[in-house]
Amino acid sequence: MADPMKIRAQLKGDVAEIRVLMGHAMETGQRKDAAGKTIPPHFIQSMTVEVGGKKVVDGQVGTSVSRNPVFGFKVKGAKAGDKVVVSWVDNKGDKRTDEVAVA
Amino acid sequence: MKYRIAFVAMLALVMQPASAQNKPATAKKGAKPPAAAPAEQKDAATLEFEKFRTQMEQEGNPAELFEVKGEEFWKTKRGPKNVSLAESCDLGLGIGVVKGAYVQMPRYFADAGKVMDAERRIVWCMVEKQGFKFDDLAKKPFASGEYTPEQTSLVTYVAGQSKDMKIAIPLKDPHVKDVYEIGKEIVAYRAGPYDFSCNTCHGADGKRIRMQNLPNITTAKGSLTAVLGWPGYRMTGGVMLTPQWRMGDCFRQQRFPQPKYASDTITALLTYMTANANGQMYKGLGIKR
Repeated sequence: MADPMKIRAQLKGDVAEIRVLMGHAMETGQRKDAAGKTIPPHFIQSMTVEVGGKKVVDGQVGTSVSRNPVFGFKVKGAKAGDKVVVSWVDNKGDKRTDEVAVA
Repeated sequence: MKYRIAFVAMLALVMQPASAQNKPATAKKGAKPPAAAPAEQKDAATLEFEKFRTQMEQEGNPAELFEVKGEEFWKTKRGPKNVSLAESCDLGLGIGVVKGAYVQMPRYFADAGKVMDAERRIVWCMVEKQGFKFDDLAKKPFASGEYTPEQTSLVTYVAGQSKDMKIAIPLKDPHVKDVYEIGKEIVAYRAGPYDFSCNTCHGADGKRIRMQNLPNITTAKGSLTAVLGWPGYRMTGGVMLTPQWRMGDCFRQQRFPQPKYASDTITALLTYMTANANGQMYKGLGIKR
């Protein structure tokens, strides 16, 4: 169900620049459809980022984040080839995990 | 400023008719740069838009999400005939070849007997090769809210595969040339309740609607601006939209009846506009405010 993420991880010196694009509706629960009915909330609730087996981000995401969001992180001490694993879980329990190697 | 220089140049012509005749080049030199200025000059709003766009392109254009989806649609066996487009669809460079195909469309397809733009060709393949029904595809052909049609993702994928390649519409092909000429006429056709044509706003340099600069699509530079924007991700509403949609929306804004989906009219317009941008670099998927 959940759409794939697009992850980029580039090494600059010893800092890895990670960019994550997530495909998600991020419905706030405040909007109404054409018939005037409230569209139920549907958004990413939590996300984690692991670099080389170590959890570097464990975050909460809310309804103020846009549809198809982009996240960026800078991680110190990463090496080329380290595995970057990004996962999210939304309020409906839907989840998605994608990974990429640091280049 | 520009008026003053023009004024001085005019004065020079009036006051020294003899020397002006001897040195017409000097008089022209004084008047020319300001006349070209409106097209070159970039106001603060344009610069901010450009900054925003480069930032988004570097940091991740959500259009890439649709590119990934499109690739999946291209490669998987689908439709009543259970074939993939990768093994059946010819975008002009051979069956299944996507690299560089986008910058050479619209082009003439002998099997269909028509000049087609990328989206129209993809829809043709989906109907002819995969067995989808055209009416189903044309029912809701453009993205809205959470819904994105498959053909939109496919166009996004195909366009992305021509990133950093030169636009080369085969205008030497008489079929394409004919359609180009039709496009040129449509662009100049004045009608509708407000009685204006595409060219009224897009046929001269330095025009704008509110804070939006309008590209002059009769020039190579202006038409490139138009080509680069679509397919693009529109931040307003977070939707992925194709050149087909953009052309239809132009008609809506002109208060014209909208052409049918994947019709000759849209192909003609896209042929005209894209061919005007021939020889320039296609920079990949767009991002819009």
